[in-house]
Amino acid sequence: MRFWRTPLDADKMKIPRGELHIIVERCKGCEFCVEYCPRDVLEMSDEFNSKGYHPPKAVRPENCVNCDLCEMICPEFAIYCLTVEEEPVPVEGGKTS
Amino acid sequence: MSPKGVPEAVIAAVSSEEHPIAPFLRMDRMPHIWCSTCGIGTAVKALVAAFEKLETDLDKVSIVSGIGCTGRVAGYVRLDSFHTTHGRPIPFATGLKLANSELTVIVFSGDGDLSAIGGNHFIHAARRNMDLKVICVNNFIYGMTGGQAAPTTPLTAVTSTTPYGNAEPPFNLCHLAAACGANYVARWTALHVRRLTKAFAEILVKPGFCFVEVITPCSTLYARKNRLGTGLDIMKYYHDNTVIEHGAEPADTDIVFGGPIICGKFVDRDRPTWLEYQDQHLGEVLGDKYYRGKVLQGAGER
Ligand SMILES: Cc1ncc(C[n+]2csc(CCOP(=O)(O)OP(=O)(O)O)c2C)c(N)n1
Ligand code: SF4
Ligand code: SF4
Ligand code: SF4
Repeated sequence: MRFWRTPLDADKMKIPRGELHIIVERCKGCEFCVEYCPRDVLEMSDEFNSKGYHPPKAVRPENCVNCDLCEMICPEFAIYCLTVEEEPVPVEGGKTS
Repeated sequence: MSPKGVPEAVIAAVSSEEHPIAPFLRMDRMPHIWCSTCGIGTAVKALVAAFEKLETDLDKVSIVSGIGCTGRVAGYVRLDSFHTTHGRPIPFATGLKLANSELTVIVFSGDGDLSAIGGNHFIHAARRNMDLKVICVNNFIYGMTGGQAAPTTPLTAVTSTTPYGNAEPPFNLCHLAAACGANYVARWTALHVRRLTKAFAEILVKPGFCFVEVITPCSTLYARKNRLGTGLDIMKYYHDNTVIEHGAEPADTDIVFGGPIICGKFVDRDRPTWLEYQDQHLGEVLGDKYYRGKVLQGAGER
């Protein structure tokens, strides 16, 4: 999530959604993103990049809430999350119209 | 939204598949030289996030670094930056600030650079309350040159020059900055990305000498020599051992090997800056003859 925007339906609680991007070749496999993602979206991959590091892979991309923590903590600028502009998922049990 | 001060051509050249930090960094120099798990990159990201938060005009910001792993920051940012000699970023930055007082001048350097060879400049800039934003990446060691002891190395910690453990009491940089007169003093770790971003956003708009110490993992040297595990293990250590205490007395925030790390905003005060002191005093004594006299009276260029 880069910039906040005023929600179109402020009266309805929505879960924000993010679209995750991993720049595999730039990753140095520190695991910070995997460890600190609050939604367990990521796991370390068994694959290697060309530098010999294991990059992360998104195993539950649908869980991403666009909180940006992975992007903030990554020391390599190798992972980022963009806001999904489509209709976000309604909160479970929340009011839907 | 595009960052202010970044030429359109640069933004156009940055592909949409590129990381959002790209307009702020010289991406042709990526990957950077820092080791896997080194916290310097995270500190850079937090600073860029602060620029974004404040929508800072990047034409009015300059970054000065000394020498060391952290010193590389000046070369990676797409800003007017200076990679100066070892220990001298503060004098360079002082000159820059006084020559163009509209600039926000950031010093981004290592603990060795700022407190060993550059220690004298550090204390006097803080004493003068020079309008500089000093970000110190403290990894408790000289990273670039092979892990020698620094003035910040905690007692008993092993380094290449203290193979039996360090027997010199270290500086507490936050205490030092506060005692010398800094307007703003805070400490965070590389794990505290949000609070670090907030601290950077605060110092970017705060006048006077502002100091933020960022405790970061150096897995290659400090952690390896002290058998502290991987960089991730160190981040977990920060998670488990950080005590957040805003307003803590800086003298009580010493870092002890294996002990808790007290973080927070310790000092936030409004002593007049060096330039304000000069303007007030010399403006009164010399009037128009003071080189900034006309500027002060709003009469235009000096
Ligand atoms: C005048 C001078 N003396 C010594 C050096 C060697 N030297 C380069 S970096 C460095 C220490 C860097 O340590 P620090 O500032 O803590 O940065 P880090 O590498 O840990 O980020 C030293 C002593 C130098 N480059 N110039
Ligand atoms: S943006 Fe947040 S939820 Fe999404 S992958 Fe990153 S850390 Fe996880
Ligand atoms: S935080 Fe960055 S460098 Fe570390 S594993 Fe994740 S993507 Fe790779
Ligand atoms: S030697 Fe230490 S401080 Fe330097 S880049 Fe490697 S981990 Fe970072």
